[in-house]
Amino acid sequence: MNSVNDRSRDIGEYVPAEDDDMLICRCEEITKGEIRRAVHDGMWTMTEIRRYLRAGMGLCQGQTCSRLVKGIVARELGVSPAEIEPATSRVPMRPIEMRIFAKEGDADEE
Amino acid sequence: MKRYDLIIVGAGPSGLSAAIEAAKRGLNVIVFDENEKPGGQLFKQIHKFFGSKEHRAKVRGFVIGRQLLEEAAEAGVTVKLNATVIGLYQDKEVVVKQGTGIKHYKADSVIIATGAAENMVLFPGWTLPGVIGAGAAQTMMNLHGILPGKKILMLGSGNVGLVVSFQLMQCGCEVVALVDAAPRVGGYGVHASKVARCGVPFYLSHTIVEAEGEECVKGVTIAEVDDKFRFIPGTEKHFEVDTICMAVGLSPMSQLLKMAGAEMTDDPRRGGQVPVCDRYGRTSIPGVFAAGDVSGIEEASSAMIEGRMAGVIAAQYLGYIDKEDLDKDLAELDKALDGLRQGMFAPANRGKLIEKTEEGIDISSNLLKKGYVADDEIDRFPGVTHKKGIHPVIECTQNIPCNPCQDACPKKCISIGDNITSLPIAVYEGDCIGCGMCVASCSGQAIFLVDEDCGDGSATITIPYEFLPLPKEGTKGVALGRNGHVVCEAEVVSVRSATAFDKTHLLTMRVPKEYAMTARFFKEAEREVSR
Repeated sequence: MNSVNDRSRDIGEYVPAEDDDMLICRCEEITKGEIRRAVHDGMWTMTEIRRYLRAGMGLCQGQTCSRLVKGIVARELGVSPAEIEPATSRVPMRPIEMRIFAKEGDADEE
Repeated sequence: MKRYDLIIVGAGPSGLSAAIEAAKRGLNVIVFDENEKPGGQLFKQIHKFFGSKEHRAKVRGFVIGRQLLEEAAEAGVTVKLNATVIGLYQDKEVVVKQGTGIKHYKADSVIIATGAAENMVLFPGWTLPGVIGAGAAQTMMNLHGILPGKKILMLGSGNVGLVVSFQLMQCGCEVVALVDAAPRVGGYGVHASKVARCGVPFYLSHTIVEAEGEECVKGVTIAEVDDKFRFIPGTEKHFEVDTICMAVGLSPMSQLLKMAGAEMTDDPRRGGQVPVCDRYGRTSIPGVFAAGDVSGIEEASSAMIEGRMAGVIAAQYLGYIDKEDLDKDLAELDKALDGLRQGMFAPANRGKLIEKTEEGIDISSNLLKKGYVADDEIDRFPGVTHKKGIHPVIECTQNIPCNPCQDACPKKCISIGDNITSLPIAVYEGDCIGCGMCVASCSGQAIFLVDEDCGDGSATITIPYEFLPLPKEGTKGVALGRNGHVVCEAEVVSVRSATAFDKTHLLTMRVPKEYAMTARFFKEAEREVSR
């Protein structure tokens, strides 16, 4: 664990901001305020934010918002976005219907 | 499970280039791409590319795409489209969604060439319909023939923002402003100049305050920012627009590599999360390589070379060529890549303020702040000379790796020399015959043919012209200056089109001779926009 994730660090209180109602993750309709509040609730990594809020878990899988979410978390923690622990990458890499995901085919018919 | 020597993910410029090199060396190669058409971003690129011959300079991007597809087919590469790779597992097992099912493939080596995704920036109203990425605008215009909007504000002055702004105007859209929070234009000066001379105002050190509208974008407010990117109160400007285009950078789509367990790093200079890899794309997993934007944002020409490197490396990794051949191939590719990574915009110079050209000439500060070289700055550049009779005026003022103009002139009037980033100079070994090959060959549309004094008080200026419909001979209108403002009345003398010009038409206009060195664009009388 890097020093950014040292949870004993004091990041101060959550202070409401004017643009807190701005949508960040449009797939899951998560606002900037919700993300900022989540940081103060103890969610300091992208994985935690995803599990806590579902930001970046919708149709685009964070393609649009993950960079924005990272920026908001970093600012709240007072660190550079590059220091924020990124989310886990896992299958399926792209949204996929369950009926397709479950249908294993052979790659033989070329 | 079907096995291949090499599986490539992504059929863009780097993926296809990798496939071609590997297949030529005997590897059994398959390329997967989630899109319905191959070529990645290449088929959206309708402008002529920069570089030298070996980088396919002055060839339009979509033509390069076609050439790559032909070469790939010739080399025996299989390209699977509508095939989304959803996972890269242990032992190079690749899982692909095809049609209504998923299929498993295995390979002895894998090249990830998945490219990048567009970034967005936040402002109130950024989720309104009408706020789109510049890449999306290009897809709409150049692949689907759909106009993205009528009145557009472009955010971002990098090459993407500049090139797409120009394309929007070619489609008939009005670009009301080009805005960037940075204090200086990020892209090539020549790209900026061709946008500015059409009358698009540049707002550097400005960004979007908010987009207005309930159902869709109806307007946008921008304001100046200070050196800490905070809005300066009282500097707000409002524009009525229906579309806001964002060209604010790209992020590598490197998730597959991360999933496979490759060592990753977050490198802002390379665009975000990228694999740790060497110059040739070798990741921390033996046999898994990265090529193109996925390992660091650059542009298509270098992506193609990186792809070729990865293809050759994969061939050696699997024993299809020996170390000696590899070293020979890589030495050549190294040279080609180094050739592109030079000059003012080289990756090594990113973020640096360069004040002088390699020749020691002051860079135009106006170009960096407003997108055009001021009339009192242009004469200090070596391509701008004065001479009796018709002659080229080369308004190329920044060191970029590009040299098609020196080969274009049949009379050897233009010289760049061996250093590809040098500014072109007019040497006049022979006499200029006004053929216009140089005008059409300049990817930056920065060369003009000028006859400063025709003897009757007028001057003629030949400009590169890529707007349809073409004005007819005798059409009256106005000449615009480098800044896009009307300078004088003008009349079209001729419009020349030729196969060799590759769709860059040469429009010659007649203006009073005192405007010979300031008039740089033509606008028909009825299309004139009052400023």
